[in-house]
Amino acid sequence: MSNLRIDIHHITRVEGHGNVVVDVQNGELQQCDLQIIETPRFFEAMLRGRPYQEASHITSRICGICAVGHATASLRATEKALGIEPTAQTKLLRRLNFIGEMLDSHVLHAYMLIAPDFLNVGSVIPLAKTAPDVVLRALRLKKLAGDTCKIICGRHTHPIAMTVGGFSHYPTAADLYALRDRYVAAGADVAATVELFQTLPMPQFSRDTEYIALYNPPHYGFIDGEIASTDGGAWLVEQYRDVTNEIMVPHSTAKHTAHQRESYMVGALARFNVNYNLLHPLALQAANALGIQPICTNPFMNTVAQVVEIVHCVEEGILLIDELLRREIAWEEPVEPTRLSGEGVGSCEVPRGILFHNYVIENGVIVGANCIIPTGQNLANIEADMRALVPTIMHKPQAEVAHALEMLVRAYDPCISCSTHLLNVAFV
Amino acid sequence: MNADQTKPKPRVAFFDFTSCEGCQLTVVDSLQYHPELLDVIDIVEFREASSDRSDDYQIAFIEGSCSRASDEPRLRKIRETADIVVALGACAHLGGINAIRNRQNLQDVREYVYDGRAHWYETYEPRAISEVISVDAVVPGCPISGAEFVRVVKGLLLGRLLEPPDYPLCIECKLKENICVFDRGEICLGPITRAGCDAICPAYGAGCEGCRGIIPNPSMDAFYTVLREHGLSPANVETRLTLFLTNQVPANLAEEVAHV
Repeated sequence: MSNLRIDIHHITRVEGHGNVVVDVQNGELQQCDLQIIETPRFFEAMLRGRPYQEASHITSRICGICAVGHATASLRATEKALGIEPTAQTKLLRRLNFIGEMLDSHVLHAYMLIAPDFLNVGSVIPLAKTAPDVVLRALRLKKLAGDTCKIICGRHTHPIAMTVGGFSHYPTAADLYALRDRYVAAGADVAATVELFQTLPMPQFSRDTEYIALYNPPHYGFIDGEIASTDGGAWLVEQYRDVTNEIMVPHSTAKHTAHQRESYMVGALARFNVNYNLLHPLALQAANALGIQPICTNPFMNTVAQVVEIVHCVEEGILLIDELLRREIAWEEPVEPTRLSGEGVGSCEVPRGILFHNYVIENGVIVGANCIIPTGQNLANIEADMRALVPTIMHKPQAEVAHALEMLVRAYDPCISCSTHLLNVAFV
Repeated sequence: MNADQTKPKPRVAFFDFTSCEGCQLTVVDSLQYHPELLDVIDIVEFREASSDRSDDYQIAFIEGSCSRASDEPRLRKIRETADIVVALGACAHLGGINAIRNRQNLQDVREYVYDGRAHWYETYEPRAISEVISVDAVVPGCPISGAEFVRVVKGLLLGRLLEPPDYPLCIECKLKENICVFDRGEICLGPITRAGCDAICPAYGAGCEGCRGIIPNPSMDAFYTVLREHGLSPANVETRLTLFLTNQVPANLAEEVAHV
């Protein structure tokens, strides 16, 4: 086919609003855009003039799926700005809370947003009738994830008990023992998840690119650490602007980013490629069973990397609970600021990739803010993938091409509500 | 229970505007715990979770604020199509967190984030859905309570529009035997905020932020008395009243509370 015009308005089964527009004339690719048409949300502007204690409560509202991640990155930015070092117990609880969010988001994406494409249904709803065991398994894992966040911070969307310097509520030992039993019991569901994704044929496509993720050994990094790249190099999170290099494009309310190449990828696949050696043994086994190894350059395998992370997170959850039980939960008042003015950068690996919050605080009030979201960092890479993919499939029927592109965008697990910001805010 | 197969199931659609989509995720979670609802309603559009689309529905749930002129025709079309429109969550119900920026100059907000290219991106002051089209019911909160959403759906199936509670959160909070947040030395909007969330924030050690909206006829004087008893000034509540309630409280709030 020499001419092709694809216009997917409001991609479905993704978080937020995006369109795909592809135009091929006489076999030449004229246009290939992922248009981000989410309304701009202006969170950085909203933070100005607010007391620092509110920042995590405001910024968790950037996204309903990664609310814990935004809150955590926000708290780390605030704590660094105000010279606060959280206690060991706070760090453990935040890591366990993160496991809850990662599991919830990955199970949602793998089972409810991705699997329908392979089972030829429009959503997970008909699967409740045709494959109830699959749906119930996903629900059990999601409930475990949600309950993890619930006992630590009240709810997954939006966390309540996480505060600057610590927590305002603590789980009981009984909560943790009960949760541990469920994590152990989840092993069977996790194994079945790996088996399911062994049977789903991921599209064969690859394009070499740069992968960027936090690196914080000995842990498979989710909170804090250094920025690492598969192209080599490591940067402090404070140097995030040297990595992200945001640029604005007119067809997207989210800014694009580029680092050492025209684009880079963040998310589960990038974490897997950067942190592979830090995966727990069962997760390494799962990677082997799923046929994924670093450096994997097939973006469709992002979902498979998420499945590997599901395995890792369930193992990690048990280890974290054991450590918390061994130490015994103590009621701690949040650590007080050592100063009320300063600048800080917080960084976490949320389900969709590396996230940065950067605040300037004066006398306890936020005067400058910049948040750089994973999906914004992936946009240029998704478009580069689309440009590489379209010529290989443009001879197929238009509906098939459109579906392949929609699946590609979905594989990245975009979170478009989050990504509508951009810009390098110049702090004066 | 077998649904009556002779009666067509109500067709339900979900739409989202400026929001984090956390309320729709709460809906997904609620449907997981109440799969029986899927036997009695027909979800014909839910972009976040389904590829199915339809322009034929009786009940529309709308998440998010209206924050640009081009959203208005879409809202009006939903209003023309649906028999019942329900605002889902604080953004749709109140303007919510999106409205924080309404206290700032709009052009300044745009330029702060998008620099000289602010004009590329359409926006105006975020507002509640009821400021654009008429709304028949609300499921309040940030995020919504899943249990309350299920109650509202069941009410609709029975032909009833459920009203959220019109009494303050303190009543629920006392029933839960929470330690009063004021006694912990913090601000709480419980005395003037609609109950219905099971006082979840005070239960986890945080003061109420008013995300469910202010009760009808709140006793502000009594509220200020509570503040004074705890050594707080009404000025302390100004930032709290402008988290979710910016569009509900007077713009000159600071002057007002200064004279209490």
